[in-house]
Amino acid sequence: MPNRWIVFLKVLVHAACLAPVAWLIWNFWRASTVAPDALGADPIAFVTFFTGKGTLRLLVLSLAITPVRRLVPKLSWLIRFRRMLGLYAFFYACLHLLTYVWLYSSFSWSAMVNDIVQRRFITAGLTAWLLLVPLALTSTTWSIRKLGGKRWQALHRLVYISAIAGVVHYWWGVKSGVRTPLTITVVLAILLLARPLLSYRSRSSQSKTRPQSAQP
Amino acid sequence: MLISKPSYIPSSEITPKSAYLNRRKFMSAAGAAGIAALAGDRIARVLDPKTEVRAGTKLDTIKSPLSTTGEDLTPYQYITNYNNFYEFGVEKGDPAKNAGRLQTRPWTVTVEGLVKKPKTFDIDTLLKLRPQEERVYRHRCVEAWSMVIPWVGYSLSEFIKECEPLGSAKFVQFLTLADRKQMPGLSQSSINWPYSEGLRMDEAMNPLTLLCFGLYGETLPNQDGAPVRVVVPWKYGFKSAKSIVKVRFVEKQPHTAWNDQAPNEYGFYSNVNPNVDHPRWSQKYERRIGEPIFKQRRQTLMFNGYGDQVASLYNGMDLRKYY
Repeated sequence: MPNRWIVFLKVLVHAACLAPVAWLIWNFWRASTVAPDALGADPIAFVTFFTGKGTLRLLVLSLAITPVRRLVPKLSWLIRFRRMLGLYAFFYACLHLLTYVWLYSSFSWSAMVNDIVQRRFITAGLTAWLLLVPLALTSTTWSIRKLGGKRWQALHRLVYISAIAGVVHYWWGVKSGVRTPLTITVVLAILLLARPLLSYRSRSSQSKTRPQSAQP
Repeated sequence: MLISKPSYIPSSEITPKSAYLNRRKFMSAAGAAGIAALAGDRIARVLDPKTEVRAGTKLDTIKSPLSTTGEDLTPYQYITNYNNFYEFGVEKGDPAKNAGRLQTRPWTVTVEGLVKKPKTFDIDTLLKLRPQEERVYRHRCVEAWSMVIPWVGYSLSEFIKECEPLGSAKFVQFLTLADRKQMPGLSQSSINWPYSEGLRMDEAMNPLTLLCFGLYGETLPNQDGAPVRVVVPWKYGFKSAKSIVKVRFVEKQPHTAWNDQAPNEYGFYSNVNPNVDHPRWSQKYERRIGEPIFKQRRQTLMFNGYGDQVASLYNGMDLRKYY
């Protein structure tokens, strides 16, 4: 994949990630001024689901890159998009948290502390967000070098726990009997299970092809 | 700043309403398509409800002194496009989309259980049983949103008198329609169909409890529980069963759909109570539907503000235990 194409695709990905936010901000402004129904009947709930689902989708996309690369070696250039998607997931997660702090709680800290202690779905969501913070902070190339590849990688495995916590948060947040979180759960499960399966496959194929792979 | 005078515009140049409505539809559809990639099409559907408002039949109504005053009514558009009616799908926009299939004629309500004699009422008989009153009530959903709705109906107690329940009847159970042919949502959730709800006899006899046939002066749109439902304004919305086909008088507390589903979250009483939180979210505040985003949040009132009329029903009861 030539560099020029990568740059072009990166511009596209930026646009695809930012356009919904721009759309949301524009309609948020309209919903608070000229057009109360710009975000539907229940704008606060709308913003919550918009940012929350956005976070999970981006997180899952970023988690799809590794298995896809291993399945289709031709697509290994996809690695150059992983950091970007991860950071956008964190950005959406921050917007989601802001929705809670601002629109739901009106910055009432006592109410929020109460929520965190009492409500497991809030606790799960907050855990998911907190786990993303060190990952976002160590997303620079400098950090990778500083930490060393192995340690960096170990740290960034936290994303698995974060994604699981995020999906659990989603299930606990919807009414029982509602199955809307099912799709994202299945996709995440596949992506997480694909990792050990693909490692196993490559290990067994390596042992078979070892004599050849020793050749130049 | 210079404000120029509007110039004369010949009427031939004014875009007809249908054309600009179409254009808007196109724009919002294009916008919706844009966000669909990330946000998903379900959200887009909430924003752009495709349902046309089907005009119901006008009902002759008299004003009721039991109406709540001093609150802005929630626009018809929201009352009819933002619904929880799982028989037609679990998303808020689903009932408006799918409820068109519901056949509300012929329709009968069967009365059975502890009554002098089982009876079956035709819907048109029920409509004319008592004068139809307009009753404006606050409506508070357990999901922490609320509306103000001008319902049409008469007190359930008037109907119960016609049913002639026996003295041994302590509770009344409402069973609603569950027909796979008309209700595509039945398979979407694990609720134990048919939807069942119930009230203690004194709650059912309270004049506030409404047997409801309409809203905004017209018969109920299907997605709001046509052709007949109950409205219990001091309880969370799910207590107010829709599209009722059977009323049963019983001695023991009947099983209820949401209580079966998650007993720790949805109690039999389910009175609106800001002091008893749902296990997963606070009930202290609610979001008023249709208000601008910063005016949505408001404090939830005990018994949804109907304490004067109903608090005495629960004297001596621990409302934390009987949530």
